[in-house]
Amino acid sequence: MIDYVSALSIDFGLIVPEITVLVTSFVVMMLACSKKVSSWSSTVTLVGYVLALWFTTRQWGHQGSGFADMVTCDNFGIVFKAIFIVASIIVVFLGHRYLRVKGLHRGEYYALMLVSTLGMMVMANSSDLIVLFLGLEIMSVPLYVMAGMYRRSLESNEAGIKYFFMGAFSTAFLLLGIAFIFGASGTTNLRSIVTDFSYIANSFPVYLYAGVALILIGFGFKVGTVPFHTWVPDVYQGAPTPVTAFFSVAPKAAGFAALLRVFVYGFSEVTILSDVFWVLAVLTMTVGNLLALRQDNVKRMLAYSSISHAGYILVALVVGGADAVAAAIFYLVAYTMFNLGGFGVVTLLETRSGCKSEFNELRGLSKTNPYLTATLALFMFALSGFPPTVGFIGKFYIFSAAMQSGFVWLTVIGVMNSFVSVYYYLRVIKTSFFDEAEGTPVPAVLSPTIIIALVITAVGTLGLGLFPQQLLQLSQAAIFGMP
Amino acid sequence: MVPVSAYLILAVVLFGIGAIGVLTSRNMIVLFMCIELMLNAANLAMVAFSRALNVVDGHVIVFLVLTVAAAEAAVGLAMIITIFRNRETINIDRYSILKW
Amino acid sequence: MSEYLAVLLFAVAGIGIVLITFGISRLLRPHNPYPEKNVTYECAEETVGPSWIQFNNRFYIFALIFVIFDVEAIFLFPWAVAFGQLGLFALVEVTLFLMILFFGLFYAWKKGVLKWV
Repeated sequence: MIDYVSALSIDFGLIVPEITVLVTSFVVMMLACSKKVSSWSSTVTLVGYVLALWFTTRQWGHQGSGFADMVTCDNFGIVFKAIFIVASIIVVFLGHRYLRVKGLHRGEYYALMLVSTLGMMVMANSSDLIVLFLGLEIMSVPLYVMAGMYRRSLESNEAGIKYFFMGAFSTAFLLLGIAFIFGASGTTNLRSIVTDFSYIANSFPVYLYAGVALILIGFGFKVGTVPFHTWVPDVYQGAPTPVTAFFSVAPKAAGFAALLRVFVYGFSEVTILSDVFWVLAVLTMTVGNLLALRQDNVKRMLAYSSISHAGYILVALVVGGADAVAAAIFYLVAYTMFNLGGFGVVTLLETRSGCKSEFNELRGLSKTNPYLTATLALFMFALSGFPPTVGFIGKFYIFSAAMQSGFVWLTVIGVMNSFVSVYYYLRVIKTSFFDEAEGTPVPAVLSPTIIIALVITAVGTLGLGLFPQQLLQLSQAAIFGMP
Repeated sequence: MVPVSAYLILAVVLFGIGAIGVLTSRNMIVLFMCIELMLNAANLAMVAFSRALNVVDGHVIVFLVLTVAAAEAAVGLAMIITIFRNRETINIDRYSILKW
Repeated sequence: MSEYLAVLLFAVAGIGIVLITFGISRLLRPHNPYPEKNVTYECAEETVGPSWIQFNNRFYIFALIFVIFDVEAIFLFPWAVAFGQLGLFALVEVTLFLMILFFGLFYAWKKGVLKWV
């Protein structure tokens, strides 16, 4: 008899939040079986998320690894897990009424969301490439279904199938990359790779560089960096809007958690990566912004805008080092708040019948819903990076980290991109405030749940902008003890 | 013994065939098979390395990948069925409502 | 190379037996062709319609559920082989794993997927 429990250091204490989310997803699935109790699913989901969040915060400051060193518990992972859970909670509030109106309010939606969140949490916590891969798949497979879950809508069908094929395609690249890294080092554990790095780089440079490149392509697809971004606008436009809100925030944060963990920690000594990320960041920012300029659909515009925001976060990966990683975490928290807010307003507007989120439909909105329009304006200012919103502070930290490391051109290009982006964000404000509607505009009906979602995001956007100190300290504390 | 490079060349060739198939084929089922081919090329590389390095990890990873591929297959086929019911075609070129 | 000799002999014997049996039956059987013999074989029933038809959608749904339980066996085999050394903890873990899959099956059952409507 082998005592493998202690040999592999199996410690379920490390993964209590993940287990909570998993169990909740089962409960929600079972509720979904019966018509009578399926309306409870949103409440149960919220309870599960809040419990998981509480368990996650309890782990703060603990340092440990288990399951044959495949799972790591550290502040970096904990902050990301908290981001995923908070984003999911906001999405639950934000989507409730939309789903009712469209006849999509079913327990399966919440079960899929929970499983997807579970995958992200596994990703943030893993110190092994294979666990990372599994987490990525647990995250992605429910997302494919969520994108296509509005079965009667042809757009949603198309979004689902496109997302599925692009996602599976990128998975294959990631997997071949992991195989090459495994061939070079004989292990998939990031910690061992870091320890033996100079040996690996000297003995098997071809496998190593091929592996790193393929892994980068795989993650590049997932976070939507520019040569691999083509699926983003289609999927964002076609998917049901609360699902799009979820897509634009949580999987993106998970992708960046993995990118930071793998490339800033694991392969930090591959020096050419900085140049590669430089090119990717510049391309992603510029192409995202330029294509966003000519969109007539708000959802599609926000999709391109989310591509350009991924570009800003890539700047942190170019720079590397503690300050840049902290800035990236700060930016991701900020982005979660204002991007979810922006999509929240779009979701609310889409509950009006026949609304497809075209720019024209925003006309005269300030007459019918003045407060809502003001909130929309706040989120647009935050997205374009105006003070005193958190969007400004986030960009400031990222670009100052880049300046301090001597990336002057990168900073200049980034700031210029921010100026370009002001045009299309202000176009939303201009259309909703100053353009006259043709005919009588239909007011959007507010529901309590969406008000909660909008209040959380608006308070986050403004509050973190006025008092960024706590969040900054938090994100600086998060990088200690990486991986 | 066959050298590990031979297996790798085979794996990379299979991966390339799969990737080209994904980019060129129009039928969703064929597209899907090409993606499976790519995944299995990666599996082949994994097993070859595992054998060459004399560590068993690669074999275990292949199990996990097979499971993931099966889950993906289940979801993908279900989605193809759903859209076939709506559109009566699985030609990917016909799916172009969403574009700029 | 000598290990492969056994394989070669086995292959030769395998092919040979098939050829011999077919040859004997060809010599012994009566020769009496009539049109029904060339019809597509369908369990002694007359075939209805062409055989190039699309399968019913429902088969795919059964296939999907089958795939999951098919792959489950991958994880059960290594566990079963090493059962003696792994002990109780592994048994509990495998039971949990099966439970998770049965949750899925239960869901499908409750949703009426298993019914042939």
